[in-house]
Amino acid sequence: MKSLALAGLLGVLLVVPLALSDRPFELRMMVVIFLYAMLGHGWNILGGYAGQISVGHGLFFGLGAYTSTVLSLKLGLNPWFGMAAGGAVAAAAGVLVGIPCFRLKGHYFVIATLVVAESAFQLFIAWDWVGGAMGLQLPVQEQGLLNLQFHRNKVPYYYIALGLLAAVTALVWWLENSRFGYILRALRDDEEAARSLGFSPASYKLLAMALSAGIVGIGGVFFAQYVLFIDPFSVLALSFSVVIALIPILGGAGTVAGPILGAIVLVPISEYSRVLFSGTGRNVDLLIYGFLIMLISVYRPDGLAGLFRARRERREYVPG
Amino acid sequence: MSGDLLVQLFLSGIGMGFIFALIAIGLTLIYGVMNVVNFAHGEFLMLSMYASYLAFATWGADPVVTLPFVAVMMFVFGLLVYYLLVRRVMQGSMNSQIFATFGLMVFMQAAAQFIMGADYFAVRSGLLSGVLEVGPFTLPAPQLAAVVGASTATGALYWLVFRTATGRSLRAASQDRQAASTLGINVDRMYALAWGIGAACVGIAGSLLSNFYPVFPRVGAMFVLIAYVAVALGGFGSIHGALVAGVIIGLLKVLAGFFISSQLKFVPVYLLYLIVVLVRPRGLFGRL
Repeated sequence: MKSLALAGLLGVLLVVPLALSDRPFELRMMVVIFLYAMLGHGWNILGGYAGQISVGHGLFFGLGAYTSTVLSLKLGLNPWFGMAAGGAVAAAAGVLVGIPCFRLKGHYFVIATLVVAESAFQLFIAWDWVGGAMGLQLPVQEQGLLNLQFHRNKVPYYYIALGLLAAVTALVWWLENSRFGYILRALRDDEEAARSLGFSPASYKLLAMALSAGIVGIGGVFFAQYVLFIDPFSVLALSFSVVIALIPILGGAGTVAGPILGAIVLVPISEYSRVLFSGTGRNVDLLIYGFLIMLISVYRPDGLAGLFRARRERREYVPG
Repeated sequence: MSGDLLVQLFLSGIGMGFIFALIAIGLTLIYGVMNVVNFAHGEFLMLSMYASYLAFATWGADPVVTLPFVAVMMFVFGLLVYYLLVRRVMQGSMNSQIFATFGLMVFMQAAAQFIMGADYFAVRSGLLSGVLEVGPFTLPAPQLAAVVGASTATGALYWLVFRTATGRSLRAASQDRQAASTLGINVDRMYALAWGIGAACVGIAGSLLSNFYPVFPRVGAMFVLIAYVAVALGGFGSIHGALVAGVIIGLLKVLAGFFISSQLKFVPVYLLYLIVVLVRPRGLFGRL
């Protein structure tokens, strides 16, 4: 029943572009939903399952985007290679950040991720070799899957983003029921107990961080190829890190559906508010996001997915 | 380089340092009393800077004159944040505590941008613009005022926390909330007081800062990162630590900006943070 509904949903998603090919706004929104859901999954592995709240994941997104763009600009390398490299660089950076920061717990860890990401942001602004504050423009190449660039018809981006999201969702799904997933949740819920069972918290957290950062890095590469222009403000800013964390938090951290639900709610808010307040630079989406985060933390700490779960549990509850 | 320049650098480093310290003290006070990090602390700073600027722009009231009013306004604002938001998540998980003030941060920053736009506003030709000639040295007046104002505020806070009955209750609530409440201390009120005082500290810092630093929506995000480093270096929850670390960081920042590059002046500060985390996670004076 569940798998049938899922296959139906996937089928619908596969034919949706046929209706959207002449509606660039809606098409773009779908692409961004897929991308953000994927980033949310990435964050969720570390933040939701392993319980390590990072508000610096923009760093990994930016590193992915910069890696593939720099490889393409300076060495002429293919973006698909760039995608592998971007994911690898982000994962490696995740491990490097994780080694010192996992010594910290709770609030301290959150602050550490904030400080590291903000330092990287300022370094990239000052670093002229990668374009500094001006950013980097990817040269327009012949369109096609090989160059991962599509100019007139943007539908292929839709399928690539959908494919990436499907792959990452499958990975998280598998992870949730795997030994690794159970160990991560055990670490989150009671680190001392997990340690006493012989699981080294540090190595499992580092593995979760590498996976998490790698996925977000690959998302960054896709973003760079989609927009063909990156600068520190669009890929490394703290506000973007906040959005990455917000997606699964709103949807429900530590669930497979959470990041997807979060993206479905958040992306239209930001896209439509951008249209309504176009060009004012007033950041209405962040205004709404901030308010939503406060509401959720007070009334629904387990996110939208928790809402569904609560209903299901009520239904399944048999008195007696 | 001349001794004159060195003295000026030193002074401006100390001036900045005291402001960092005042921001960090507010943060560390709240953390020390109730184990919650106020992620919106930088936005408290921003709010007080906008208040100082707006009072100057509309009534011509100088930040020096409005400082007490800004401090009181921020005290009330801190109370409101505690009662309306923080208190409601105290029973929840640590994550909802983190997200609550984090959401407030995002909201306040976006609200500032929505109302005031992304422009930079500065208090121009206030009472404290210009320089003071002291012997052979020319000293910028705003930085001098920052040193005087911030050290006075810090002194007053010390007196309150370590020399009064209220301060003793505050410290008792921070050490053991249950023991404190059995002794008849209203812990809830102490928490609210910590938020009020913490916000008032950052309000005074913002008021002093607005004499020589422009205000814009992201200004708090920049300063609060420094405050996090100061709190980490000084030791979470330690008021002495925040004071000492704030001054160290102020000097480090100014000297790095002069000797390395003004664009990279924050990098040594962040490096310092990483070293603290790696070598001495509990900081200089921390309990952990």
